Amino acid sequence: MTGTPDPTPGKAKRALVVGASSGMGAAIVRQLVSEGYAVAAVARRQELLDELAGAAASTGGKGGRVLPIVHDVNRIDEVPGLFEKVIEGLGGLDFYVYAAGVMPDVEPEEYDTEKDLLMVDVNLSGFIAWTNPVARYFHSQRSGTIVGIGSIAGDRGRKGAPVYGATKAAMETLLESLRNRLAERTVRVVTVKPGMIETPMTEHLDKLMMPVSAERAAKDILKVSRGKFWNTRHIPLRWLPVSLVIRSIPSFLFRKTSI
Amino acid sequence: MGTSSHLERRVRAEERPRRGFEYVEGWGMTAGAESRVWKPRSADEVSEVFRRVGAAGGHLALRGAGRSYGDASVNAGGDVLDISSMNQVLDFDEETGVANCESGVTIRDLWRHSLPRGYWPKVVSGTMFPTLAGAAGMNIHGKNNYKVGTIGDAILEMDMVLPNGDGVTVSRESQPDLFHAAIGGFGMLGAITRVKIATKKIHSGEIAVAGVSVANLAEMMAYVDSHTHDADYLVGWMDCFGKGDALGRGLIHHARYLEPGEDPEAERTMTLAHQSLPGSIMGFPKGEVWRILKLLSHDPGMRLLNFTKHQMGKLEQRKGWYYQSHAAFNFLLDFVPNWKFAYGRKPGRGLIQYQVFLPKESALAGFTEVIERQQRLGHTSYLGVLKRHRPDPFLLTHAMDGWSIAMDFAVTPKNKESLWSATNELTRVVLDHGGRFYFAKDAVIGPRTVESMFDEDKLSAFRAMKEKLDPSELLQTNLWRRAFGNSGTFTSAP
Repeated sequence: MTGTPDPTPGKAKRALVVGASSGMGAAIVRQLVSEGYAVAAVARRQELLDELAGAAASTGGKGGRVLPIVHDVNRIDEVPGLFEKVIEGLGGLDFYVYAAGVMPDVEPEEYDTEKDLLMVDVNLSGFIAWTNPVARYFHSQRSGTIVGIGSIAGDRGRKGAPVYGATKAAMETLLESLRNRLAERTVRVVTVKPGMIETPMTEHLDKLMMPVSAERAAKDILKVSRGKFWNTRHIPLRWLPVSLVIRSIPSFLFRKTSI
Repeated sequence: MGTSSHLERRVRAEERPRRGFEYVEGWGMTAGAESRVWKPRSADEVSEVFRRVGAAGGHLALRGAGRSYGDASVNAGGDVLDISSMNQVLDFDEETGVANCESGVTIRDLWRHSLPRGYWPKVVSGTMFPTLAGAAGMNIHGKNNYKVGTIGDAILEMDMVLPNGDGVTVSRESQPDLFHAAIGGFGMLGAITRVKIATKKIHSGEIAVAGVSVANLAEMMAYVDSHTHDADYLVGWMDCFGKGDALGRGLIHHARYLEPGEDPEAERTMTLAHQSLPGSIMGFPKGEVWRILKLLSHDPGMRLLNFTKHQMGKLEQRKGWYYQSHAAFNFLLDFVPNWKFAYGRKPGRGLIQYQVFLPKESALAGFTEVIERQQRLGHTSYLGVLKRHRPDPFLLTHAMDGWSIAMDFAVTPKNKESLWSATNELTRVVLDHGGRFYFAKDAVIGPRTVESMFDEDKLSAFRAMKEKLDPSELLQTNLWRRAFGNSGTFTSAP
């Protein structure tokens, strides 16, 4: 009766994706399902989750499936119960991605607390609320992979996206702490830093620099999180040198640019 | 995107009582199960958890810090109540040294509270992380058991939540039966939520220690017996690889508290800063030392390590009396954080601790046979620790006028079956010598062992109390089902 953790965690294919209904989240779900994963897909919009689940059922193939869970990451009180439902529904958990994120348009002279706190809630508070139980679970079973989606926006304090950038910088610091906490427990924590990805979140932007599709980004993210080489990785990699340059621009010059 | 509607629905608080879901395992990593884990913050929330789990027809294990080696706080197929969020020292009487604590207070919390006020807990375990609830439930002992008894002897009063959800206060005066059964009752009778415990006045933050190297077990026991009157602590480390005349060779640590005025710098030594354990061991950061131990974690490696330690013990004896902080002397197990990972971190790997208690009349013969036999069976313990004990008034106590040796056996997927069959043989030897086992350590014994190690009337009194307080068996653990079930065996299956 004494259950031990799955003896072959490398082969276990159970994933949780929070923020699964569109953009990179949805692309990651589709990809995981095509590889035969059972994926708990958490998102606000029922109809988009149903679409994902339906597509998974029809493509089937390697036994992949979607467990749709309707949830607004603002509802922290729901998380412990839903997390239990995820574990029960999948029979365990090996892989977790937090892909929920919002970036409303912020005007140059706008200082809107409600709008800003929404970003804190979705990008950061929701991340904390979901990642804590996952980290606790992975800690206790001594295996698992946590993927957090940072951003190149977290590298500098830009004029255009003050709180968005701040939430991403906070996420990245938190992910690093988790990585250091959980390393001894053989839990892998990966920070991916996408550049400009074509998703609903970036639709309102005038132009995207070196854009890639959400599918391509999802593919890269999964590849990186399974390798052992990168703890933090720009998606796509060509953003790494760009980011190094951007980070080294002194503040008094940086504020003159629009990057 | 309409922002205000989202903000209205924002809920920042978790539900109460808090709960999570995780893989809950014993410290030795050989037993575990996934469970819903409740983390109540008050006795009322404990009672609420009892009500909810009971209403759902489930069962519940009580867990402190999870420091029991085996399956004492593991509950396959059920929930777990983790008391560690209730961790406030409620008050501390500086005149008498009596501490009134929520039961999730750890031994570490307690000594860090009492030491700057001039007191040290009367009884501490070899690690400082157990909670008082767990320590009381297991009736833990320290290296001074022969002198001051178990932790139960230091406890004055406890609050409990019974399985029916009612709160009750128990002590030697009010409800003595429940008091003496709950201490050592391994969490089967109710949740301990508050503990009032006496501590000891000390006159220095240090303790005088002498190492005494001995050539074999008989010598070790003779030394300990002749110093029980003048030592405050006596503990023997033993190389279980020793054979023949060298069987049980090792090192005794003999320690005594300092008298008033003996430590001219008492004010400085009684600070928390003076009690900190070393940050590195032989140059390695202590958090990484288990990785080095892991390289030696096999029979030849451990034979070498034990041999080297024995030789170093001889050197230690030459330096005579030396001074050590209370924390450094008492909490040897905490010097190397996560030392258990030396036994492996992968599923199926870990250790069991097998602590054998024997009455003084048969101890030498019994221990000799236990050690010889484990060597013959190819399962030599990597660590042996000898202690002297005395009887106490608790219903299901492991302590007796006698001795114990605690042994650590490595568990691997390959050796598990043969190790369990070896412990079955050893258990028979122990019972033949009138011995007992200890629930905080145990991972193997079955119902027949329980029946033969306790007096029949005490065991049936305990069962009757369980039946009366918890007829539907709300409180259960893997240990309970293993050792008090109907399997009719001396030890469990691996």
